[in-house]
Amino acid sequence: MLVLIGIAIIIAGFLLRFNPLLVIMASALATGLAAGLDIAAIIAAFGKAFNDTRYVSIIWIVLPVIGLLEAYGLQQHARSLIDRMKGATLGRLLTGYLLLRQAMAAVGLTSVAGHAQTVRPLVAPMAEAAAEARNDALTDDQREEVKAFSAATDNVGLFFGEDIFLAIGSILLMKGLLDGYGYQIEPLHFSLWAIPTAIAAFIIHGLRLRRLEKRMTKQEAGA
Amino acid sequence: MITLGFVYVLAGLTFAAFAALGLQDRSNPKRFGNAAFWGLLALSMLGGDYLGDFGNGLLVLALVAIAGTGQIGRAPGGDIPAEVQATRAAKYGNFLLLVALIIPAVALIGTFLFKQIPGLADPKQATLISLAFGVLIALAVGMARLKPPALLPLQQGRRLLDSVGWAAILPQMLASLGAVFALAGVGDVVGGLIGTAIPQGSLFGAVLAFGLGMALFTMVMGNAFAAFPVMLAAVGMPLLVKQHGGDPAVVAAIGMLAGFCGTLMTPMAANFNLVPAALLELKNPYGVIRAQIGTAVPLLAANIFFIYVFAF
Repeated sequence: MLVLIGIAIIIAGFLLRFNPLLVIMASALATGLAAGLDIAAIIAAFGKAFNDTRYVSIIWIVLPVIGLLEAYGLQQHARSLIDRMKGATLGRLLTGYLLLRQAMAAVGLTSVAGHAQTVRPLVAPMAEAAAEARNDALTDDQREEVKAFSAATDNVGLFFGEDIFLAIGSILLMKGLLDGYGYQIEPLHFSLWAIPTAIAAFIIHGLRLRRLEKRMTKQEAGA
Repeated sequence: MITLGFVYVLAGLTFAAFAALGLQDRSNPKRFGNAAFWGLLALSMLGGDYLGDFGNGLLVLALVAIAGTGQIGRAPGGDIPAEVQATRAAKYGNFLLLVALIIPAVALIGTFLFKQIPGLADPKQATLISLAFGVLIALAVGMARLKPPALLPLQQGRRLLDSVGWAAILPQMLASLGAVFALAGVGDVVGGLIGTAIPQGSLFGAVLAFGLGMALFTMVMGNAFAAFPVMLAAVGMPLLVKQHGGDPAVVAAIGMLAGFCGTLMTPMAANFNLVPAALLELKNPYGVIRAQIGTAVPLLAANIFFIYVFAF
């Protein structure tokens, strides 16, 4: 039971807003000590694991390409693609963004969109405008909800699209762990099994976006 | 034959270039910290196999010390003006999208190609090796058409990595923590606790415990990466795969996604749930989480159902 102290440290460390890398290291040391290992053995074990899992961090080699494309306006181009979807209602707009985000994440373009790049400057204002077009008396609470759903849609699209991409960190982690158990599985298999959940996420969140749109319009009719 | 070593060399050289360029960036008051951090990561990629376990451990301690004492930062400004980007976007638009698509396309094609032609590349690492080729090809195509200053891709890449900061190695650190947890038997203890809650021999009970456990443990840790090794060791491997004969690919892939449902519901995943609430100036810091719970709960149920149906 004592080895669970590492989990307690993780929870406390995050709640108290310490640097997560420090929290992880403290958790590893405490867990190792609780299991009766000496400090040098824990450091060596962590070092070996860090070296063995380097492939988790190689994804950053794509940054020079992304940096080049963004300098030449890839983000603006992606935005203009979304802009061109005219006549969008709140539900259609956010559902369209959900689909686009899932599709882009599925081909590895996870950082083309995001809360800072697209949600704040683009999706949230467009969603607000789309809601206002149907309801000229949008309350502050409704405005908040529309904005919150814009961010939520980005997260849902990202989370349930990215695991379809072959070389995303989580797939590499699964591959590494299962290798350790003696199961050699190609990344493609993990990718394919992410598809049913991606479809379910699109349907569930899409239905909720439709209800959001109805809720925003219905309250106007009652006013 | 091309192995993963080739990708590590490429990554090491990239990080080394980021470190060197960062060191020259006098506009960044924390340039020495940044250069040391990415330089150590370059050393890990290039020479990790020669450092020994303890040496690698010291390298990690140095990385943690640099990040933990706040020695990493990004230079303010330096963005390419929006008007310049907009003009360029109008000119190059779909070409940019095409180059961006080269990377996943080459990763996909290379994976199949290296399988068909044995001896070219390590077949077990075909995807990662192909991804690295995709990056090199995309870079070559982009450079040929756009003709930017030679160092622009590395400079822009460095700025992107600086804005990610120490979080860039968070997944690798959490994976390593998982290894220490495994060594200390944390999975066995958590598994024992969960095991007592599962009715003996009940397949559905085991699937339910695995799915709910992934979501709850992810909420606690703030990251499905950290929950996954523990839940796999505690329930996934011994019960679902070994005892009930489940397909390990399905158990792993959909189990991870059950964890992602937990990510949607926890303030521990600050960059996804709390940062956007601040960015959008919401009155309720948990407004984004509130909007996500209604999607996360039914989706978690769907994932548990999928494991039950597809893995067995």
